[in-house]
Amino acid sequence: MNQSQGFFKDIQISCLVVGWLLSNTASIILSFRVWGGQSMTDSAPSWFFYSAEMIHSLFLINHLGDIFLEKHWKSVISRSVCDYFFEAREKAVDPENVPPVLQTPHHYLISIYRGKLFFLSVIQTEVPPLFVIEFLHRVADTFQDYFGECSESVITDNLVIVYELLEEMLDNGFPLATESNVLKEMIRPPNILRSVVNTLTGGSNVGETLPQGQLSNIPWRRAGVKYANNEAYFDVTEEIDAIVDKSGTTVSAEIQGVIEACVKLSGMPDLTMSFMNPRLLDDVSFHPCVRFRRWESERVLSFIPPDGNFTLMTYHISSQNLVAIPVYVKQSINFFEAGSCGRLDITIGPKQTMGKTVEDLKVTIHMPKAVLNANLTATQGNYTYDCTTKMLVWDIGKLNPQKLPNLRGSLSMQTGVPNPEENPSLNIDLKIQQLAISGLKVSRLDMYGEKYKPFKGVKYVTKAGKFQVRT
Amino acid sequence: FIMFSSHRHDDLKEMLDSNKDSLKLEAMKRIVAMIARGKNASDLFPAVVKNVACKNIEVKKLVYVYLVRYAEEQQDLALLSISTFQRGLKDPNQLIRASALRVLSSIRVTIIVPIMMLAIKEAASDMSPYVRKTAAHAIPKLYSLDPEQKDQLIEVIEKLLADKTTLVAGSVVMAFEEVCPERIDLIHKNYRKLCNLLIDVEEWGQVVIINMLTRYARTQFLNPNINESLLEEGGSGDKTFYGSDEDEDEDEEEKEKKAEVAAMAKRKPYVMDPDHRLLLRNTKPLLQSRNAAVVMAVAQLYFHLAPKAEVGVIAKALVRLLRSHSEVQYVVLQNVATMSIKRRGMFEPYLKSFYIRSTDPTQIKVLKLEVLTNLANETNISTILREFQTYIKSMDKDFVAATIQAIGRCATNISEVRDTCLNGLVQLLSNRDELVVAESVVVIKKLLQMQPEKHSDIIKHMAKLTDNIQVPMARASILWLIGEYCEHVPKIAPDVLRKMAKSFTNEEDIVKLQIINLAAKLYLTNSKQTKLLTQYVLNLAKYDQNYDIRDRARFIRQLIVPTEKSGALSKYAKKLFLALKPAPVLESPFKDRDHFQLGSLSHLLNAKAGGYQELPDWPEAAPDPSVRNVEVKESVPEWTKCSSREKRKEKKVEKPFYTDSEGESGPTESADSESDSATGSESSSGSEESGSGSESEESKEASESEEEEEEEEEEEKKKKKKDLKKPMTALWSEFGNILPCLSFLVEPAPSPQVTPVNTFLSNSLVTDLEGLSLSDSVLSPATIAPSSTLKSYELLHRITGEGLSVEYCFSRQPFSPDANMVAVQMQFTNNASSDTKNLHIEDVKLQSGMRVKEFPEIELLPAGETATAVMGIDFCDSTQAANFQLCTHTRKFFVSIQPPVGELMRPVFLTENEFKKEQGE
Repeated sequence: MNQSQGFFKDIQISCLVVGWLLSNTASIILSFRVWGGQSMTDSAPSWFFYSAEMIHSLFLINHLGDIFLEKHWKSVISRSVCDYFFEAREKAVDPENVPPVLQTPHHYLISIYRGKLFFLSVIQTEVPPLFVIEFLHRVADTFQDYFGECSESVITDNLVIVYELLEEMLDNGFPLATESNVLKEMIRPPNILRSVVNTLTGGSNVGETLPQGQLSNIPWRRAGVKYANNEAYFDVTEEIDAIVDKSGTTVSAEIQGVIEACVKLSGMPDLTMSFMNPRLLDDVSFHPCVRFRRWESERVLSFIPPDGNFTLMTYHISSQNLVAIPVYVKQSINFFEAGSCGRLDITIGPKQTMGKTVEDLKVTIHMPKAVLNANLTATQGNYTYDCTTKMLVWDIGKLNPQKLPNLRGSLSMQTGVPNPEENPSLNIDLKIQQLAISGLKVSRLDMYGEKYKPFKGVKYVTKAGKFQVRT
Repeated sequence: FIMFSSHRHDDLKEMLDSNKDSLKLEAMKRIVAMIARGKNASDLFPAVVKNVACKNIEVKKLVYVYLVRYAEEQQDLALLSISTFQRGLKDPNQLIRASALRVLSSIRVTIIVPIMMLAIKEAASDMSPYVRKTAAHAIPKLYSLDPEQKDQLIEVIEKLLADKTTLVAGSVVMAFEEVCPERIDLIHKNYRKLCNLLIDVEEWGQVVIINMLTRYARTQFLNPNINESLLEEGGSGDKTFYGSDEDEDEDEEEKEKKAEVAAMAKRKPYVMDPDHRLLLRNTKPLLQSRNAAVVMAVAQLYFHLAPKAEVGVIAKALVRLLRSHSEVQYVVLQNVATMSIKRRGMFEPYLKSFYIRSTDPTQIKVLKLEVLTNLANETNISTILREFQTYIKSMDKDFVAATIQAIGRCATNISEVRDTCLNGLVQLLSNRDELVVAESVVVIKKLLQMQPEKHSDIIKHMAKLTDNIQVPMARASILWLIGEYCEHVPKIAPDVLRKMAKSFTNEEDIVKLQIINLAAKLYLTNSKQTKLLTQYVLNLAKYDQNYDIRDRARFIRQLIVPTEKSGALSKYAKKLFLALKPAPVLESPFKDRDHFQLGSLSHLLNAKAGGYQELPDWPEAAPDPSVRNVEVKESVPEWTKCSSREKRKEKKVEKPFYTDSEGESGPTESADSESDSATGSESSSGSEESGSGSESEESKEASESEEEEEEEEEEEKKKKKKDLKKPMTALWSEFGNILPCLSFLVEPAPSPQVTPVNTFLSNSLVTDLEGLSLSDSVLSPATIAPSSTLKSYELLHRITGEGLSVEYCFSRQPFSPDANMVAVQMQFTNNASSDTKNLHIEDVKLQSGMRVKEFPEIELLPAGETATAVMGIDFCDSTQAANFQLCTHTRKFFVSIQPPVGELMRPVFLTENEFKKEQGE
C-alpha cells in the first residue's frame, strides 16, 4: 500500500506543478486500463519503485565456500547476501542439488555450478531465470576460451583481465558484448610471450585498436583476419544417451550431436556445408551465423564463420528414431544374505559398431553403501574400487570382439546390515573414431567470397553420453 | 595503528603520481584486484581520479572501473572527472563517444543528472547506431538515479523505438521495459518493424523483445483458442461456422437469427489478426537458437499466444534443451511441468526423453517425475508404471519417496490402474527402508479413502505395521485409517488402541492427536469395548506437555462423554466424527501455475517477483488494429514488373543481415530466395487480392506491410486488381494454361465480397474453400481469414546456377494439358550481368510410370529480370523425385523436384452442395 500511496502522490505533484502535465498523466492512467484491466488501487504497479536491472552483482565462490571475486554493476551489495546461498548449499548434499534459483527477503540468487565453482548472481527484480543462467554459462565459456580452463587459480591469476571482461560483457546488468570475437579485439587473451614482453615494456593486454566488430552486421567475426595457411576443420561428435534395461532391451536411446569448428580463414569467407543425409537431423540449433532460411529450404548450412573455434550447430535425434547401440552388456550382481558377500560378473561385447573398433571402454558402477570391498579379476584392463565414494571403475580400453572382456569376483559386505535392495546401475563410457553413429556425413564444403583455396577437414567421433545399463 | 591505516596505500599513491605509465598500470592493476576481492580501496580516490585523462588506454580503462565503483561514495571528487567524459562525448570516433557516455551514465552521482540527460538526448540522435545503442543502455541508469526524469526519458525511448537498426532494437526495448512498460501505445507503430527485425537482433535483445511482444499481443489480439472453449461449452459452435442450413424452416430461422444475434458477439468465428500471425511466424525460427533463453522465450510466446494446434512445435526444442547444463534443465523442466498439464498431447511423443537416470541430480529427477506423472494416461500408463518400478529400487531415497507419491497420483487420476498401483504399494510396505514404507502408507491412505469397503484386508495389514514402523507421519496415517474405517476392522481396531494407549507418552505429537481421534471414533461406535481405554487415553492427554493435545483431549471429552453439563453438541458427535470425508484430490503442484508468464522468475518461484508484469487476459473485442499502421513512405512498387524487387531493395536504408522475413529482404541469398517467392507468387497470380477480400498475409507482406495504411491498401488493391487482371491473364495464357473457370464454386457464397472474377485468378483451391467456409453473410470483410500460403522451394541456387536462380512451387492448379499431372510453377531469375538464352529442359530421368510435360522454351531472360513458367509432372502418386537437366545456351544444371506428400493432389470440381456433402462425411 505504501507503494500505491507514493504513486498517487507522485501524480498529484506533477499535476500541481505543471498544469499541462495533467493530460499526460491521464494518458498514463488510460493505458493502465488497456494493459491489464486491473484496478490501480488494489495492486499497486510494482514497477514504479523498482530500479530494474537484470544482473546486479556477481560472486564467484569456490568449493570451500570462499568468495574470491565480486563484481557489482550497480551499487554494492554486501556479500552477506551469499549466506542464504551457503545455507542452501549446506542443505543439498552435493553441489548439483543446490537449487539454481533462491529467494531471499530482498534479492533473488541465481547460480550455476561450473568446474567446481559457483557463479552466483544477485537479482532484484523479475528476469527470465534462463536469461541469467545462460549468461553465466557464457561467462564461464569465455573464461575457458581465454585461459584454457575455468578454475579458481586461473581466475585469481588473471584477476584484472577477468574484471575487464566482466565490465565489457555486462553494462548496467544487461549483456553487452558476449561474442568471443568481439571481446578478443578489446581484451587480448594472455599468452606467455606477451606477458613477458609486457612486464619488460609495460605493454598492455588491452587492444590498441577499437573493436569494429560490434559495429558490423556480422558481430561474431573480426575484421581484417589474415592467415598464411587457410584452413577449416570440423569435428562431428555424437553422443549416445541410452537406457538399457536388465534384459538388454533398449528403454530409450537418443543421439546428441555437435559440430565444432575451427576456422582459420582470411578475409570474409562465405561457407556452405552440405550433408549426404540431412533428413536425419530432425532438431537442430545453430550458431547465429547460420542462415536459417537456407537450411529450411535446402538443408545446407550457409554461413560466414566466426574466426577461431566455435560451435557451428548441435542436433538432436530423439528417441522416436532408431538409434544403434554399439555394445551389449551381460551382467549379474547379486548380494547374499548368508556370508555377507556378493557376486559380480560383467561381460561386454560389440553390438552395432558399423565395423569400427570400440575404444576407451570404461564401466563405472556406484555400489550400495554396504559394499565394503571388491575382490575381482578382469580378463582385460584394470579395475579400482574406492571404498569411500563406493565407486567401482573398470577401465577396459579397446574392445576385442574375439576375446570379450570379463570382470568377475566377489564383493565383501558389511556384516549385520540387511542386504541392499537397490541395484546399482552401470554407466558405460566408450569412443568410436571415424564414425558418426547416426550415419550423418558431410558431403561437401564450399567457399565463396574469397579467392584462395582453403584446406578442409572433417573428423567424426562417436562417444557414449549418458549411457546407462540398469540391473 | 591509525597511522598505519592512513598510510597503508602510500606506495600505490606514489606509483599513481609517477609519470611512468608502466608504474601507473601496475598500481591500477593492484587496485582493481583489491576491488575484485571485495577490499576497500576508497581512500585512493583522489590519486586515481587524477589519471582519468591518462593517454594509456589500459590505465584509462582501469580508472573507469574504479570510478564506476567508488564515484557514488565520493561524489564531490568524482565531479572532477566529468569534463573528461564531456569531451569524450564530442569525439569524432564513435567508439570513444559511446564509451564516454557509458562511463558517464554509470557514475551514480545525482548532481550530474542534467548532464546525463543532455548527453543521452544527444546520443539518441547520433549518426552511429552503436552510440544510439549506448544511449538506450544509459536510459535505465538515469531512471534509477532520478525517476523524476521519466517523462523526458520516455520521449527519448519513443525516438529510439523508431530506430530501424537491429543494434538498437534490443537495448531500447529493454529500456522501455524498465522505464515505462505500461506505455504500450509507444509500441503500436513499431510493432511490425520489431517483428521483422527480430531475427537479426542479438540474442539477449531477442529475449527482451519476445517477452515484451507477448504481453503486447495479449492486449491487442483475440484469443486464438476462443472457439475451443466455446465448442466445449455447447456443441452448436460449429453450426455457425458453416453458414446457413437450407433445410431449416423460415420460422425457425427467424428464431435462430434472434438467438444468434444475441450470441453473435461471442460466437463470431475466430480470425487471426495478420499482425498476430506475423509475430508467430517471425519468432518460430528462433526455436533453433543456440541460446536456451531465446528458445524458452519463443516457447512461452507460443504457449500463451498460438492456436492450440500450433503450440506443438515448441515441444521438440524444449526437449532438446534437456541435454543442456543442469541449471537449464531445472528451469526448462519446471516450465514443461506447467505446460504438460494444460497441453499434455504436446509432450507425449517425447515421453522417453523424460526417463530418469541414476546419475541425474535429485532435483532434476523429481521434476522429470512430475512431468512423467502429468503425461500419464490410459494408453501409456503401463509403460510409465514399469519405469516407476525401476525407480523405486533407486539408492536415492528422496527420489523413491517422490516416486511413490507419483504412483499415488497416477492411481487417483487413472482409475483403470488403481488396483494395480495399490497392490504395488502394499508390497512396498514390506520394504526394509522405513522411509519407503512410510511414504507408501501415506499414499495408500489417500487411495483407500476412495473405496475403503473393498480393501479391509489392506487396512488389517497396515494395522499390523504399527508394531514396527516408527516414522510419525506413517503411524499417524495408519491410526487415522483404522479410526475412520473401524467398522471394516471391528476386531482389530480396539486392539490397536490398546497398544497405542500403552505407548502414548512416547509418541510424537501428530501420532498422539491421531490416537485421541481413534479413541473418540471407537468410543462412538464400540463404546462397550473401548470406554475404559478411551478414558485412559484422554486422561493421559490431559496432562500432556503440548497444549494442542491437552485442548484436543478436553474438547473431545466434552463432546463424546455424555455428562449433565454437556451441551447440545454431543448429540451430533457421531455425525461430527464419522461424517463421510471426501477423498483427497492429488494434484500437481504445477497446476494453474500458467497464470504466471512462463519462463519468468515469478513462474519458477510460484510467487510474484518484484517488477513482474502481469500477463493480461485476452481482450473481449480486438482493439483497433489500424494503430499499427505506419504511413507510406514510398510509393508502392509496380506489381507487374518483376524487377521491381530490385528497386525496393535499393530503397532500403538499413540492410539487415539475415532477416528472414520476406518483406525486409536483405542483400543475402537467404533472404533473397524468400522474397523471390513472395514476389513470384504475387505477380503470377493475383489471388491474394481476390479470394474474399481478405487481407491475406502474403499480400500484406509483399507490399511492405508495415508501411501501409489499411484503408489505403484496400483502395490500392482495387486499383491493382484492375491493373493486374490483364497482364496476369496474358501471362497465363502464354503458357497455354487457361484455367478452367472455378467461379461456380463460389457462386452461391453469400458474401458480397467474393466475386467470381476474383476467383478466376485464384492460385489456390484451398484459399477459395477457406474463403467460402468463412464467408458468413454477417461478417465484415476485414475479419475474413488469411489464407494459407504457397511454399516455394529452391531448384537452383543462384551461386550454383552462376547467376541463374530457379524456384518452384506447387501452384495447386489443375494442369490443363493432362489432368493427371501436377502443375509446378517455376520462377527463373537472372541475377547475372549478362542475358540468359534458350532456357529449356533436357534429359529427363524418371522412375517408371512418371511423366513430365516440359514448359515451353524461354528464349531470352535479360539480366535482372524474372520469368515464370509452368510444367506438369505426373509423379504417379509417389514421392519419387523427377530428375532432369535445366539447360541454358551455355550451361546445363542437374536439378530434381521432389514433391512433398501434401502437394500430390488433384483438383476436383464440386458444387457447393456436393462439397458440403463430402465434408459432412
